[in-house]
Amino acid sequence: MNMNIKALAVMAVALSTALPAMAASPWVVANNTTKTECSACHMAYAPGFLPKRSWRAIMSDLSNHFGEDASLDDAARTEISNYLVSQAPRDIRGLAASATPLRITELPWYTRIHGPRFVAYAQSHPSIGTLSNCTGCHRGAERGIFGDD
Amino acid sequence: MKFKLIIATTAVALVGAVVAANTQRDAILSGYAAQAGVSGFSADAGRQLFMSQNTGGKPATPSCSTCHTSDPRNVGHTRVGKVIQPMAVSRNPERFTDPAKVEKWFGRNCRSVLGRECTPTEKGNFITYMMSL
Repeated sequence: MNMNIKALAVMAVALSTALPAMAASPWVVANNTTKTECSACHMAYAPGFLPKRSWRAIMSDLSNHFGEDASLDDAARTEISNYLVSQAPRDIRGLAASATPLRITELPWYTRIHGPRFVAYAQSHPSIGTLSNCTGCHRGAERGIFGDD
Repeated sequence: MKFKLIIATTAVALVGAVVAANTQRDAILSGYAAQAGVSGFSADAGRQLFMSQNTGGKPATPSCSTCHTSDPRNVGHTRVGKVIQPMAVSRNPERFTDPAKVEKWFGRNCRSVLGRECTPTEKGNFITYMMSL
């Protein structure tokens, strides 16, 4: 009995330290302005997918955003940029420190997992359409869940 | 009796929301009319703008209809496949009721499609077309 209570207490402590870490997961967009503005056109990509320098580059050239003008007012732009940069990793494994990729789909791990056959499959299926559409295959992508492929 | 009251209350609330939306939209239109120095707008000119094919903007978006389809009563799709709710006010009464949102999207999309800002007259014509469908 005593052991059980001790075990419970240990679990409670473990949970209470784990929960704040989960709330700040780099795989889920936790900032409302970021969620609203980015998801107006595409899934709001979580900060963990690109290094800080990439988010800085993207957020400082919104008038040329992958072929469209995605300009924001200064307040929204600054808030989103600060959020993404603060939550993003400094570096991503396999990525040269000199590289500043603007597309998640160009990252070494992405192309390793999503090979040419997959790319052809995705592009030939209207329900997926483009590689920008993570949720076309990963239904839980916006909740940071990608283990369903 | 209670049921009827609920229906009546809901109906009044809905009509109220539509009236409020119409008032907000009219205020936005009046603003553009004042900027343009005109007393009214043309739905037909708005339609022509919407359907026009352009080369001055970004290559991926030559026309409004690229994403919104050629009938603004339809649901459109962004270039990455996300649904865009209809532009026509009859299908989407929330359209053109938030001045900041209206200006944000005219700004982005006029630059993307035309490669320049839209004039107040063009904005007024566009909204008037969307109200006429």
